[in-house]
Amino acid sequence: MMHHPLIGTPQDRVDGRAKVTGTARYVADFETGAEVLHAHVLNSAIAIGRIRRIDTTRALAVPGVVEVFTHENRPRTAWFSSSYKDDVGPPGKPLRPLYDSSISYSGEPVALVVAESYETARYAANLVEVEYEAKPHETDLLKQLPNSYVPKKRRSGINPPPRPKGSAASALESAPVKHVARYLIAAEHHNPMEMHATTVIREADGKLLIHDKIQGVYASKQYVCSVFGLSEDKVRVVSPFIGGAFGSGLRPHYQLFLAVMAAMALERSVKLVLTRDQQFTIAHRPETWNEVALGAKPDGTLTAIRHKAIGSTSRYEDHQEAVVNWTNLLYSAPDVQLEYELVQLDIETPTDMRAPGAPLGAFAAESAMDELAEKLGVDPLALRLHNDTQTDEVMNKYHTSKELRAACQLGAERFGWRHRPFAPRSMRQGRELIGWGLAFGAWEAQMQKHAARVMLDAEGHCTVGVATADLGTGTYTILAQIAAEALGLSMNKVTVLLGDSALPQAPVSGGSWTAASAGSAVHDACARLKAELLLAAQTQRGSPLVDAKLEEVMFDRERIVLMRDPMRAVSLQAAFAAGGRPRIVADGQAGPDQLTQLRYSSHTHSAVFVEARVDEELGQVRVTRAVSAVAAGRILNPKTARSQVVGGVVWGIGMALHEEAMADHNLGRWMNHNIAEYHIPAHADIHEIDVIFAEEKDMLTSPLGVKGLGEIGIVGTAAAVANAVWHATGRRVRELPMTIDKVLGLTPAHTEAR
Amino acid sequence: MRPFHYERPRALEEAIAGKTEASRFLGGGTNLIDLMKYDVERPASLLDLNRLEGLREVERDREGTLRIGALVSNADAAAHPLVREHHPLLADAILAGATPQLRNMATMGGNLLQRTRCYYFYDRLTPCNKREPGTGCPAKEGVNRIHAILGTSEHCIATHPSDMCVALAALEAVVVVRGPSGERRIRTEDFHRLPGDAPERDTTLDAREVVTAIEIPARLYGRHHTYLKLRDRLSYAFALVSVAVTMEMQEGRVSRLRVALGGVAHKPWRVPEAEALLEGRGPEEARFGAVADRLLQGARGYGHNDFKIGLARLAIARALHQAAAATPQSHVAKRIA
Amino acid sequence: MPDDLSPRGPETVALTLTVNGASHALRVPAWTTLLDLLREGLGLTGSKKGCDHGQCGACTVILDGKRVNSCLVLAARSDGSEVRTVEGLASPDGALHPLQEAFIKHDAFQCGYCTPGQLCSGVALLQEGHTRTEDEIREWMSGNLCRCGAYPNILAAILEVARKEGRA
Ligand SMILES: Cc1cc2nc3c(=O)[nH]c(=O)nc-3n(C[C@H](O)[C@H](O)[C@H](O)COP(=O)(O)OP(=O)(O)OC[C@H]3O[C@@H](n4cnc5c(N)ncnc54)[C@H](O)[C@@H]3O)c2cc1C
Ligand code: SF4
Ligand code: FES
Ligand code: FES
Repeated sequence: MMHHPLIGTPQDRVDGRAKVTGTARYVADFETGAEVLHAHVLNSAIAIGRIRRIDTTRALAVPGVVEVFTHENRPRTAWFSSSYKDDVGPPGKPLRPLYDSSISYSGEPVALVVAESYETARYAANLVEVEYEAKPHETDLLKQLPNSYVPKKRRSGINPPPRPKGSAASALESAPVKHVARYLIAAEHHNPMEMHATTVIREADGKLLIHDKIQGVYASKQYVCSVFGLSEDKVRVVSPFIGGAFGSGLRPHYQLFLAVMAAMALERSVKLVLTRDQQFTIAHRPETWNEVALGAKPDGTLTAIRHKAIGSTSRYEDHQEAVVNWTNLLYSAPDVQLEYELVQLDIETPTDMRAPGAPLGAFAAESAMDELAEKLGVDPLALRLHNDTQTDEVMNKYHTSKELRAACQLGAERFGWRHRPFAPRSMRQGRELIGWGLAFGAWEAQMQKHAARVMLDAEGHCTVGVATADLGTGTYTILAQIAAEALGLSMNKVTVLLGDSALPQAPVSGGSWTAASAGSAVHDACARLKAELLLAAQTQRGSPLVDAKLEEVMFDRERIVLMRDPMRAVSLQAAFAAGGRPRIVADGQAGPDQLTQLRYSSHTHSAVFVEARVDEELGQVRVTRAVSAVAAGRILNPKTARSQVVGGVVWGIGMALHEEAMADHNLGRWMNHNIAEYHIPAHADIHEIDVIFAEEKDMLTSPLGVKGLGEIGIVGTAAAVANAVWHATGRRVRELPMTIDKVLGLTPAHTEAR
Repeated sequence: MRPFHYERPRALEEAIAGKTEASRFLGGGTNLIDLMKYDVERPASLLDLNRLEGLREVERDREGTLRIGALVSNADAAAHPLVREHHPLLADAILAGATPQLRNMATMGGNLLQRTRCYYFYDRLTPCNKREPGTGCPAKEGVNRIHAILGTSEHCIATHPSDMCVALAALEAVVVVRGPSGERRIRTEDFHRLPGDAPERDTTLDAREVVTAIEIPARLYGRHHTYLKLRDRLSYAFALVSVAVTMEMQEGRVSRLRVALGGVAHKPWRVPEAEALLEGRGPEEARFGAVADRLLQGARGYGHNDFKIGLARLAIARALHQAAAATPQSHVAKRIA
Repeated sequence: MPDDLSPRGPETVALTLTVNGASHALRVPAWTTLLDLLREGLGLTGSKKGCDHGQCGACTVILDGKRVNSCLVLAARSDGSEVRTVEGLASPDGALHPLQEAFIKHDAFQCGYCTPGQLCSGVALLQEGHTRTEDEIREWMSGNLCRCGAYPNILAAILEVARKEGRA
């Protein structure tokens, strides 16, 4: 009489009702009405230089304006220590808003207007007069490529390229077949639908209740406490719902600083919602240049891999990503040289954006593999499988598991890959050429140190608390599943609380580690809770479970049941009565296992297949079909898991066809800083997306066997689209996005430049 | 937004009398409110036209001229049976633009008068001759993917972003306007202007005139028409290049051809000499290239938008093909016919 | 155009508005948009601001039976109008609108931020009858961006309701 398993079954989101009725509260939804002050930021018009004069007189004269903060009058209470660094911050010094008169990128905040209404603040901000002394700036990555450098200090959490193996140069020299090409990916902006915002509520006792758009409330809390010198009990950060972030909320951004500064100085509650245009002043995926060289024997065996990437960063921080390592992680070769360098520009520091690094490197490497397959005259899937690695050749470790081949097979079958003609331009319908392309992808499966608390009462109501965030990732739902299954409860008896710094500590949610880490911590807490409950049940006089061990019982429908003799059971109520406590609280922990990590590396893998239809004359591309086959360990909730991968594929299509932040290098400024002109896929751009999960047993990565799904969907997709466009048209586009002009070859390629 | 005085005139005369250089008529507001939020438009007062009577009709007179009131929403115009039956080109062009929500708000008059989407024009922290005469035109050497290739001046290379207006140009529509001195009819061609040395002026409309209607003469192009729009995503994006065509046929010959281009100039672009190249002949594909070349004569790119010349050439040929084959482009099915 | 740059406050306008069946008599600064009025004035924060410029659809509400971007509607202009927001889709007894049910069933959202706009747009779309084919739904829902990429699931949800109502 086993109860129905919940883990692994498709479950509707537990926060679904709140989201479809408009009751889920995001940062800006808190504190409406007249009490709260509204703030608006004025951003710099120049890229580099200093503010010579800033005049706020007219802004201050607007009725309803409470204060205008600039570097000249900002409160000294703010403690701008240069030692503060956030968890995921790269080497360097984080931006210090309104610190002094110097400007280090176009869009840096220069003033904050605080007023009784939002419209008043926005209006008054336009009355602030600023005179600048501009210095020459440089925002052009391609121009600065010759000045690239290897970052002196590595960013924690990012593996720099490994030492070269053998000599890629000489192996390439003597390779019977080789392919060398350059690939360029435009800068992208995260543009979550919810704009970055902070609502600071100043409570009667002077404590701050902060709602911040962040991927982990502790990051905001630590920032505020350390930057403003506040003790921990003075600050609570509560952000139950985040309207997407995709990495843009991994670090606290300037709106948090400014809102808290204003609230403290004015002793009022303050709401600061950035504009859509200002989303382009906080974070982006760096424009990245790649060169890939592959050498192979005539049978397709790779003899050499060289992959070099150069990414852009700001002048004040060395933002780093893992761009090139994936190539050797996926493909084996005796001679390998991987290099990653940076170029400093007068721009804001780039920030991790969905699968940071991976789709950039994958676009280059997976395009290159396709080009090599063409030269070799072999099927691109066959070439990939032929060179597929069995171990992690980058770190010299075993894989905890790698069912890429199984995924690939399922994906190829679903897609119908074997019907693909080898030659490009072989399929057409009317005036559209049809092409099929594929790519592989990989992403790290990580565990982070996580804590969780689970509370159960005699009525079987369970509350799970973790300070992590649900960014749309489905965390609320999977944690409810885990607790409900562990405790033998139905889902509706479990309440999950997230995004509150009063809850047990969790890192920012990102890198696809939340399901594995938070899930394992909840699982651990439940195990402890069960042990306590069993103990309580055993104190009952004549307890039928008196000699039972924890492994011998199961929790089912609010009872503790001895598995070998289900007639022997104690109800939760009886156990609680016996224990004499109205509720039991248990804390759980989870974190990476050091020993496992030494020997193993753990990744999710995918094979993505794409059909593109390209108008032969006009170059309009339509991605009409995609199959993403994923091996990612245990799937907790196939419904939300599928959505995560679908979302990743949509991102990949956007990266391939639409997304591009365009900079005016004369002004040193992004110019299409809005979402009418920075294009993300619209509904009409997205057709069928099929997701397949290959079975993958992995008990080494995390106690739950989970690997995480937030990033893997995007990784290979852009490359697969490029490969499909090539297969359709015979034209190889090595620069993203592949806008109509590039597909038609009407815009000269930059990648020939070096 | 700057503070403004909000007024709701009860009659057209009142609206006209109240209009000054510093005030703006409010139609759907989808462009005006947008620009006010960006501090680009700073009207001292808004004259809300939405309650006015008599500007919401769609009618057809005995000569077959279709008259659409200035306050008819873009959505209603595109869905109106008279429009669908007699000028499907107009419906198609409207539906190729913006979104259902925006089209529900946007009015015919407002659509005609919407301003450029030039990035610099929208960004008050950059120079722009159109926004602030005399400050310069950074687009020429800057980011100009969406900019003009025809009819530009050293002062401005912006485009007019409307889809609807491109169809109106091909339909030889007339804009009916009313001012203090009475009614005027302006051919669409003459309604929008080239930037020249006064890029701050988009149209030939006088500051005190209001658009009351759009009139479209009867044309018998049947299914020989198309609105082909190429853009950076398949919906909810402005045209990189668009082509509106009506091709009237008589006994297998083109009796009248009208071609207008969008996304390439400060106004919908027409070249009668180009149209004449096909008139009186069969719609021979071989000649489409010549028509395109004539339309694009004098075109020049500014860097990012160089591709538009080649793209427009291809698009014109294809649109002519669609019109000749009576297979107008669907805005729903994204495959290009 | 002469620029009046003298700092001053906004003028106010009076209006009446029926929101989800409840009528309100209000006085607001003339520059108030319908979206800000709903959110900050009436505390109806279901409608979302994703751009404030008509570029995303998150603020979509149904105004006098038609879907519009409430961020570009001046509140003053909607004097005398009826507005339906996401808060008004379910019936007063809490029973969800069929499209809300379908959104949950098909997992038609992730972060949920675009969802109120998608729902209002979808409800209007069903009324309009633009649900005959998948392509038609895609095109007529393109005014609602979803950065999480829930599009295929949104399509499935709308299609299901359209089929049930005999509109597909
Ligand atoms: C994100 C976005 C995407 C868009 N995409 C497209 C697209 O792809 N294709 C496209 O064609 N358009 C597109 N549009 C533009 C849209 O079509 C226009 O904003 C709309 O047509 C303007 O009409 P309106 O009634 O709202 O004008 P308003 O904003 O009310 O007015 C615009 C101007 O016209 C003046 N005006 C209005 N009515 C009259 C009148 N009767 N007489 C005299 N002056 C008048 C106003 O004073 C103002 O200066 C888009 C808009 C947005 C915001
Ligand atoms: S193209 Fe015209 S609108 Fe754009 S910056 Fe130049 S002058 Fe201004
Ligand atoms: S907030 Fe209105 S369309 Fe984005
Ligand atoms: S669900 Fe997140 S933007 Fe649509």
